[in-house]
Amino acid sequence: MKELNDLLRRILFLPEQGSDFARSVDHLHFFVWSVSMLGALTTLAVGLVFVLRYRRKTALQATPHVEPKPIHEAMLIGGPLVLFLTWFAIGYSQYVTLQTPPRDAIDVYVQGKKWMWKFAYPGGPNATDVLRVPAGRPVRLLLTSRDVIHSFYVPALRLKQDALPGRYTQTWFNAEPGRYPIFCAEYCGIGHSAMLGELVVMPAAEFDAWLEQQRRSNQAAAQDQQPVASEDIDVRGSLVEQGRRIAAMQGCFKCHSVDGSQHIGPTWLDVYNRKVKLENGRSLVADEAYLTRSMMEPNAEVVAGYKPVMPTFQGKLSGPEAAAIVEFIKSLRTDAPSAEPPKGPVYVPVTGK
Amino acid sequence: MSQSPASDAVYHTPNYLNAEKGVRSWLTTRDHKRIGVVYLALTVASFALGGFFALLLRLELLTPGPTVMDAMTYNRMFTLHGVIMIFLFMIPAIPGVFGNFFLPLMIGAEDVAFPRINLLTVYLYLVGAAIAVWGMIQGGTDTGWTFYTPYSTTTVTTLSPVLLGAFILGMGSILTGLNFIVTIHTLRAPGLTWMRLPLFVWAMYATSVIQVLATPVLGMTLLLVAVEKTFGFGIFDPARGGDPILFQHLFWFYSHPAVYIMVLPAMAVISEVVQTFARKNMFGYKAVAFSSLGIAFVGFFVWGHHLFTSGQSTFASGVFGVLSMFVGIFTAVKVFNWTATLYKGAIQVAAPFVYFLGFLYFLIFGGLTGIALSTVSLDVHWQDTYFVVAHFHFIMVGATMMAFLAALHYWWPKMFGRTYSEKWSLAAAVLVILGFNATFIPQFLLGNMGMPRRYYSYPEQFQSLNVASTAGASLLAFGFLIVLAYLLVSLFAGKAAGPNPWGSRGYEWDTPSPPDVLNFPETPVYTRGPHEYQDGPAEVKHAN
Repeated sequence: MKELNDLLRRILFLPEQGSDFARSVDHLHFFVWSVSMLGALTTLAVGLVFVLRYRRKTALQATPHVEPKPIHEAMLIGGPLVLFLTWFAIGYSQYVTLQTPPRDAIDVYVQGKKWMWKFAYPGGPNATDVLRVPAGRPVRLLLTSRDVIHSFYVPALRLKQDALPGRYTQTWFNAEPGRYPIFCAEYCGIGHSAMLGELVVMPAAEFDAWLEQQRRSNQAAAQDQQPVASEDIDVRGSLVEQGRRIAAMQGCFKCHSVDGSQHIGPTWLDVYNRKVKLENGRSLVADEAYLTRSMMEPNAEVVAGYKPVMPTFQGKLSGPEAAAIVEFIKSLRTDAPSAEPPKGPVYVPVTGK
Repeated sequence: MSQSPASDAVYHTPNYLNAEKGVRSWLTTRDHKRIGVVYLALTVASFALGGFFALLLRLELLTPGPTVMDAMTYNRMFTLHGVIMIFLFMIPAIPGVFGNFFLPLMIGAEDVAFPRINLLTVYLYLVGAAIAVWGMIQGGTDTGWTFYTPYSTTTVTTLSPVLLGAFILGMGSILTGLNFIVTIHTLRAPGLTWMRLPLFVWAMYATSVIQVLATPVLGMTLLLVAVEKTFGFGIFDPARGGDPILFQHLFWFYSHPAVYIMVLPAMAVISEVVQTFARKNMFGYKAVAFSSLGIAFVGFFVWGHHLFTSGQSTFASGVFGVLSMFVGIFTAVKVFNWTATLYKGAIQVAAPFVYFLGFLYFLIFGGLTGIALSTVSLDVHWQDTYFVVAHFHFIMVGATMMAFLAALHYWWPKMFGRTYSEKWSLAAAVLVILGFNATFIPQFLLGNMGMPRRYYSYPEQFQSLNVASTAGASLLAFGFLIVLAYLLVSLFAGKAAGPNPWGSRGYEWDTPSPPDVLNFPETPVYTRGPHEYQDGPAEVKHAN
């Protein structure tokens, strides 16, 4: 049976089966496929036999008037109807299962945004693009989107659920250990096909240990921050640090580099107070006002050579948050006094005074 | 034979092609036959443009990464491809060309009921097409032809001209439908009862009903999107208090029936072609006639099968899923009846018949994959993957395109009075059918593997099948070019066809080729149905 399953899966180019649900869906797939093939090829074969048998013999050949009896039509309707409804009954019951997460499932919150997946565990860590779950335990996903409609798709689990802005949808699975790709299946713009993720299904014990460790290091980080915040440090420095964190959280670095390298959007390095040429031919100085406007109305004044693809952050960034990002951008200067030279591309520690 | 045979009739007027001369006479014509020819030129040009974009898309997908264009260009290309193929070719092609040309001929009428409105639809098509294509190129619309919100209402590219263009095209579609309904009701010649109507007319009637009832909803929906995009009203965008799923319901309420606007005319053509080339009456005339109405009716209640993964209620998904099965039943009824029509026939294998076989093949597999997609849990895996792309291309491009080509080859001698090269037409038909298969079978497999649609780049494991698909697309394009070439040649160098080269007993053949301006010298009287071949074919007349 397993050999037959694997053989049919290969013939149909189906990916590996990462759960019992995937296997049962595939079994229905095999059933539907084989009967469809049989029915289709039989019909076509009958048609071809007619074509060969009843070729025209003379130019003026007449043909008899043939009409069906009602029983013929009834059979032609009844046969497919029974078959189609059988398939539907099996498929729909599988769908109902998929729509009904078990009560003991662990929850993971999934947020799609252009163009990344964010995962959050209640009371636990957050993660980007990599979803870790325990094997052999039901996992419920609560999905939403930050901007447009995305669709969370794991081919190996035969699982797909749209993530909608402004509301939550859910789905669930109970997977076997392995690493499976996650795709976005709903078209969402230029980064649609790069909105990839990975589902890592870990043995349950390993997952528990990982979650515990993440929680502890989160707590430690929170404790570490406590004294720092209360210390008397330079206000501007902390605003810069805040801006960096907010920018990372908002996904700004998906398009903007901070080390001068080319990307989807202009680099932030040295952009402050520089004269920039705009797409519409004008030029202006990138001051605080321009930087703020670029977040709120990104396509009003696009820098020459770039595409107007940036989403607006109107309503997504509060005033102080936008200000913090502007401060962070201002701190990004090649001539900035810095304790250590910047190395990494994104998370450069900035100690500008 | 009750109708006055073309050969015996006395025609006092010239044929429709040379009755008047000059561009002006074409631009202001109200002759349904000339309007059909104008639609033929316009829709074929649109098809060429949409096909060109399809080839560019296939070229881009040759390699996993960037190949010939950037992501934004790719997104604009597939939007252009979809909008052009659907709104400018698939929906208007068969009704506009063959419906206009042959519907009045098939009911013994002099013209359609509203010839001026008929001319107006041509201009609506021209204006709508111009605005939509200009808007897409100018504004670089990147939403896909489905315009899903809130992506479409928040995208930075310009959308409103495209929406306006589609809106105007929709107006033309409604008017064509209305015109046909009134024509069929009021202009049937004496003796032409409903049960003697050619099956082409039945299916066109069903199509027209959908056009009149569903298209206004598309118009309203597109307007709402334009309003939200332009004035910032919160209708679909939750950030402004709208409902993101509402658009999908409204859109598919039109766009699913629209699939039947595209495929019912194809079925209309096929019913005529199979009867002529099998020289046989339709096996189950009533079954084929009423299943068209059945598809048109049920087609209005299946739109939710596009939303199985959208978070729509489980119960709703069940209802939409089970109703979708009935579309499959009506289609199966037609397939069985067409096949049974071959039984005890006298089959002539010419290009239109080869396209009929191709149509049957594509419709069977396209239809059965549709049934599989309605089997709700399977759709969860296939939704928004290349499987769906392959499925609807099998139906809309495979089946509908086969029917368009069948119609073109079947009626070409009637429309232009010339015959084309039989050898080349058979070769091209085989090439086109092979090309379709080579293009879209790999896409079914890509969908099984899990490749989502509208992907600019893709993981490497998808490459070999994408290369195969692109190779198939080039074969297909080559086949189309051959068809175009020998048909154009036939216009100038083809032999005169004579009134009825196929010996068909379809009513439209009871005219000279090309038909007379006034169609029939006197109103024909019908005493029996079309395609009755107990007494053999209609006299095969060749021009002297």
